[in-house]
Formats: sequence, structure tokens, C-alpha cells
Amino acid sequence: MLPQRSATRVTDRLKIELGRRYRFSASHRLNNESLSEQENRRVYGKCNNPHGHGHNYVVEVRVSGTVDPATGMIASLVDLDSFVDREVIEPFDHKLLNEEVAAFRKVVPTTENLCKEIYQRLKRFPKAKLERVRVEETSNNTFEYAGEEL
Amino acid sequence: MIYLTRKMEFCASHLYHNPALSAEENKRIFGKCNNPHGHGHNYTLEVTVAGEPDPVTGMVLDLKELREILEREIAQRMDHRFLNYEVEELKGQIPTCENIARVIFNLLEPKIEKGRLYKVRLYETPELFAECYRNGARPA
Repeated sequence: MLPQRSATRVTDRLKIELGRRYRFSASHRLNNESLSEQENRRVYGKCNNPHGHGHNYVVEVRVSGTVDPATGMIASLVDLDSFVDREVIEPFDHKLLNEEVAAFRKVVPTTENLCKEIYQRLKRFPKAKLERVRVEETSNNTFEYAGEEL
Repeated sequence: MIYLTRKMEFCASHLYHNPALSAEENKRIFGKCNNPHGHGHNYTLEVTVAGEPDPVTGMVLDLKELREILEREIAQRMDHRFLNYEVEELKGQIPTCENIARVIFNLLEPKIEKGRLYKVRLYETPELFAECYRNGARPA
């Protein structure tokens, strides 16, 4: 039996999200100070290399809101781009995340934690509601965070 | 529930201009997109249909049927068109990714009878897209 159209669904309002992708390159080292050297090597493998290593990160930002009839936009891309640039790209691009981003002095900069940190920073965007953040560490590894409700 | 997605591309031109605003305001808000000659994009559209596979065919809906709907409803209306002037459904709206995605959702929803239209995602460039779905059906 195929699903039938339900009256409630038809009355649901349409929702629009805007997605924008950004890039930055940074280095990190996965190491937890509360673990022994040997445990760190076992847990993090190659990512524990004391010299660190880097990635070209892709950050996909999704925001929602009302489409302003005067502009046809949820948020001006100039506003969104400059906010993301100031909050994420500038402080993270070409940096060693462990040393140069305060949030990662005590927290291991895995891409899970990076995703959450970026979400916390972008949640303050005043012009639209942040829906989720997706971070691609490599083309094979992707992480998403949509706040604690998920 | 199975979510099936079909992708298609179309090429179109547009410009952003709100006649209710002054020339300076249009320039300030829309920047390069306000160029009166317009400019174009290769749009990529992803259409996701949700449903249970029919036990006889194993399909939520026939992909060929979906392709024909996309061709008839979207490609014939928008492919190689100037969106501001040639697409009736966009008249009076700024043809942003947000507005085009909503128009596409509204055009396709009544035409998809097997399964139901779950969401459309429209890429204007690989770096910019809009998604439209019914509130409550949070997309994956």
C-alpha cells in the first residue's frame, strides 16, 4: 500500500533553507593529555603524530528563515559570508587548531569537536536561524551537528 | 520509508532587481547580480521522493516517470530561459535560489502521485543551494 496524502501534510507550511559551503585549511594533532603516550598512539594512530598534520576542510552551513519578499532572500549572502569569515575562516584558516584556537587547548580537535565549535560560533548569526553545520575533513569523512535536539 | 533522489541540470539566466527600490539600493543590496543584462548559472536540482516500494515493481515510483515529470514541469519551463521574464510562476518575485526552489516544490508536489515529494534542493553553484520541504519533515 502506498502512502496516501494526508490533510495535515498539505496544510504544513513550506520551509526554505539556504546552504553555503566554505573552505579553510588547518593542521591539528589528536592527543588527549589524560591518556598515556602509548594509549594516545593506540587511540589516534597516525593522527597522534606529534608534528601534527593538516586538512582542507569544507564547512557547509545551513540557515533557515522567512524569505524577505523585497530581496527574495533568507539572509544577505554578504552578511552571511562576512559573519562566517569573521567567526570561523579568519580564526581557523592556516592555523594549528590545538594551539591557536582557544577552544582546543583542552578539547581534542577531532572533526566532531570542530563541528560543534563551529556550530556554537555560527549560532550567534543574527540574521537567520542556524539549522546545522556539516564539516568535511576529507572527501571520505563528514560530520554534521544540528544542536542537541538530534 | 525509502527516500529516492533524482538529479537534473538546467541552465538559465536571471538578474536581481526590485522595482520598488531605488537604483542605488538595488546596487547596494544585489551587487553584481543587479547587472541589467542578467547572468546565468548551471543549476543542479535534486528532487527527493519518499515512499514505500510497490511490492509488484519494487519501486517507489518509476525513475523514468520522474524524469518525464522533471522534463515537462521544470526543464521545459526553465532550461535556457531568462527566469525573470519567461517563467510565469516567478513573475513579481526576485528569482533567488530560495524563491526558485519554492516554485519548483510547488510545481512538482501535485504531479508526484506515487510516494510524495519530500524535498527539493537547488544548487545555483556548488557553493550555494536552497532546500524546500514541508515544515515538520526535517530533511536529512
